[in-house]
Amino acid sequence: MAEDGTIYYTNGLPVPDTPAPGEEPEFWKETDVVGKRTPRVDAYERVSGTAVYPSDIKLPNMIYGAILRCPHAHAKVKKVDAGRAEKMPGVRALITGDSPEAGGLKWKYRGYSGPLFDAHCRFEGEVVAAVAADTPYQAWDAVHAIDVEYDVLPHVVDHNLALTGKAPEVHDQGNLAGTDEYERGDVAGGFAEADVVLEQNYETGCQLHTPMELHGCVADWEGDRLTIWESSQGVYAVQSVLSGILGMPLSKVRVIGHYMGGGFGSKLWPGKYTVLAALMAKQAARPVKMILTREETFLCVGNRPPNTMRLKAGVKKDGTLTAFDFECIGPSGAYPGGGTEIVDWLVRDLYQCDNVRCLSRDVYIHAGTARPFRAPGHPQGSWALEQMMDDLAEKIGMDPIELRLKNIPSISQGRGIPYTRTGLKDCIERGAERFGWKDAVKRAREQNRSGSHIKRGVGMGACLWIVGGGGPPSTVVIKLFRDGSVNLNMGASDIGTGTKTIMAMVAAEELGVKPDVIQIEHADTGTTQYATPSGGSKTVPTEAPTVRNAAIDVKRQIIQMAAEDLGAPAVDLDYEGSEIVSMKDKSKRIQVTDVSGLKKRGVVIGVGYRGPNPKNKSVNPFAAQFCELEVNTKTGEMKILRFLGAHDSGRVMNRLTYDNQVFGGIVMGIGFGMTEFRQLDANQTGKLCNRNWHDYKLPTALDVPVDMESLPIEIDDPEANNTGAKGLGEPVTIPTASAIANALYMATGIRFTKAPVHPMEMRRRLSAGKEG
Amino acid sequence: MRTIGAGAVSASLTGAAMVAESKPGPPEKILDATDTVKLKLNINGVNYAVLVEPRWTLLFVLREAIGLTGTKEGCGRGECGACTVLIDDIPRYACMTLAVEAEGRRITTIEGLMTGEELGPVQKAFLEEDAFQCGYCTPGQVMAVEGLLRKTPEPSMDEIRTGVSGNLCRCGAYHHIFRAARKAAIRKTR
Ligand code: FES
Ligand code: FES
Repeated sequence: MAEDGTIYYTNGLPVPDTPAPGEEPEFWKETDVVGKRTPRVDAYERVSGTAVYPSDIKLPNMIYGAILRCPHAHAKVKKVDAGRAEKMPGVRALITGDSPEAGGLKWKYRGYSGPLFDAHCRFEGEVVAAVAADTPYQAWDAVHAIDVEYDVLPHVVDHNLALTGKAPEVHDQGNLAGTDEYERGDVAGGFAEADVVLEQNYETGCQLHTPMELHGCVADWEGDRLTIWESSQGVYAVQSVLSGILGMPLSKVRVIGHYMGGGFGSKLWPGKYTVLAALMAKQAARPVKMILTREETFLCVGNRPPNTMRLKAGVKKDGTLTAFDFECIGPSGAYPGGGTEIVDWLVRDLYQCDNVRCLSRDVYIHAGTARPFRAPGHPQGSWALEQMMDDLAEKIGMDPIELRLKNIPSISQGRGIPYTRTGLKDCIERGAERFGWKDAVKRAREQNRSGSHIKRGVGMGACLWIVGGGGPPSTVVIKLFRDGSVNLNMGASDIGTGTKTIMAMVAAEELGVKPDVIQIEHADTGTTQYATPSGGSKTVPTEAPTVRNAAIDVKRQIIQMAAEDLGAPAVDLDYEGSEIVSMKDKSKRIQVTDVSGLKKRGVVIGVGYRGPNPKNKSVNPFAAQFCELEVNTKTGEMKILRFLGAHDSGRVMNRLTYDNQVFGGIVMGIGFGMTEFRQLDANQTGKLCNRNWHDYKLPTALDVPVDMESLPIEIDDPEANNTGAKGLGEPVTIPTASAIANALYMATGIRFTKAPVHPMEMRRRLSAGKEG
Repeated sequence: MRTIGAGAVSASLTGAAMVAESKPGPPEKILDATDTVKLKLNINGVNYAVLVEPRWTLLFVLREAIGLTGTKEGCGRGECGACTVLIDDIPRYACMTLAVEAEGRRITTIEGLMTGEELGPVQKAFLEEDAFQCGYCTPGQVMAVEGLLRKTPEPSMDEIRTGVSGNLCRCGAYHHIFRAARKAAIRKTR
């Protein structure tokens, strides 16, 4: 598993230190702004259409790029003939593996480096050539006119076959990308102690990120300086990768990504397309806009790998878990991408169990490389663990909620250190109560006995998320202007989670101003501070404490200045709203905007650094989700009636965007559990069969319940950081599918161990049940 | 005309909300893909004269030729609704509409719902209810709701859900979108 220092969202990036922040401020007891339902500071831009996303950039003289990709799962490029394409109307730049610009350039995966244009194409969608032309139509005309001769080679795209010895080898060293073993306690002894031992195989489908804004960028050169507008979760990651590949100083690569239309992990890094855009922009001496097509985003910008899992579990009659034995295999894809990364974490950490063994094998196949996808590994592991918990409960005649509550660990067993706080118990208990668990179970059982073909089920799943505490590095600069307005400068991207708004609220809380007088500059390597990419649910717990420190730095300076005006020692002074007041003599007070030092200087600049996380403690968010649904046993149709998400992510920073995140995570989990899977043509061609949103189904407005509830379990966590906020964006999608599976079991009596459960699968299993 | 730089588009802003009377219909002869035709488009009450290739979609012309980038592209093939605009008040996928087909029609984009710098009622409801996350599907969602309310001023929850069911939101902001639609309906009818 990834150590915290090298967690996936910074994998392969050199991450700088931040200076120590100095004295940390006290934990907020009460807040005026933070926590309230606050519409986003950039909502106007987003709903009016004035927000400029990278795909909206249009520069003078700009041309459009398109990429020719290998149409085979496994092939060698023998010859590329671009002669015809070069002469086509509008074509301004063209690049292939033979072009001098491409010579020697290397593309890096985790711990693997290969040529930018690799003649050995190990997945459908590998880059073969690229064109830039006056219009995208012309660029595609030219792409289609490039003649390529391929040697088509045998492929393996089924991860379960990769290690059988019969499959073609993706890399010379074989198809095993990595093994991860873990053991604690005495597993055999644990099983011997158990009253009930169950073993089950599970499978989850490959989920594709497909964020709404297509992956892409605009690249523009001014002499030897390169500017990239990239739809990205982290501009500094893009800068680091680009400067590395092109051998340029960091200062000459400026990456801007103010708005971005979703990423979910697939935009933590740039793609080869970014490099190709830069190279062609240089060749043509014109800016190049390179936006992938939807189809390309299904092939080559990441996925949540499919996993095949086996879980054996032992339990005593009183509900004590005695042992877990977990095994998992999954594909990185063609290159290292984390095919089984942290799939086993919930088994290791979620429930009290002394004896645990986990074995994960990550394999290569001839398909697009995995990228982190919202809570990597966790929804998969949850699919196995949470269904197993329900089965164990049933076998020992215990309510599934009770079994979970019986096994709340007091420490993080996976790390062997305590949690700062754990809300697991409260999430389960209070969630169940709010959901009306007992009544709902009764109602479902009654309906199912009535003989109606509409069956009802309720189910739940609990989780934690491996990280979510954030941490250094982070630097934030706040400028307070003489009129009391504020400029906040940070490097982090707002990937749709409301980061900017929350930071404005934190600054407003401290400085006694309204959030809307705060102007935010962010996500620009040219003008804002270093930040790691927004991933791992770490942005709020990383940036919010830093913003607070920066605001406090501003306040410290203002108080010094006010001391002169008030003729009182600075130590006696403090902020009250937007005034500085003497604590000794409340009549001595001055409006911040009246402080003469500020008036004279015009601006006061405060700098904040992110302090370290607590030593030897683990900061994690926790959750439990509950679902009620109906199954039409004649048609196989399923209808989710309601969902409740009870989440402990520490302090709720903005209730409005908080709820939105919870609902959004549930929607994505519904996709993972019921509608989404990548279908590769394993036997014939190895190609992707469902490469668009007609064939690959995302949940629509008609697939999600109107009745959704978010129940924050707000537990003070002053040790986590000075705001007490923990990550939210990932836990919200972890237990959704398993809650659905457990509800389906109650409705039908069938264990659906293979995700997703779509109506066809439901129908198939219902019929099989009848025959059996 | 082989290029479409800024100079290739002459946008004529009449200012008056004039609806062109010309009848839509297929061109008489089949044109070469790279031939250009002169087109008048009425967008948000303003007439634009543009030179387009007949294969250009309305979406491409809006975004890249005219520069109205509020309308987004999510798939370019009628799957997601990010490109939704109103054509004669009916929500349409601009990526599935050729620009030449849109001549003589009344095209409304997200920019057209504004009164100057003021948000329209649907946009305001989206803002207040936080009916988006990344915001990339949002212009399309707003247009779908606007189209729904123009036809059905007091929609039921089922009508709202169906009304936006052609608009994917990968961030999953549906719940808040439903709320915003309901709020906008109440505001508009009041
Ligand atoms: S861009 Fe038109 S429907 Fe997706
Ligand atoms: S808000 Fe991101 S896709 Fe809808």
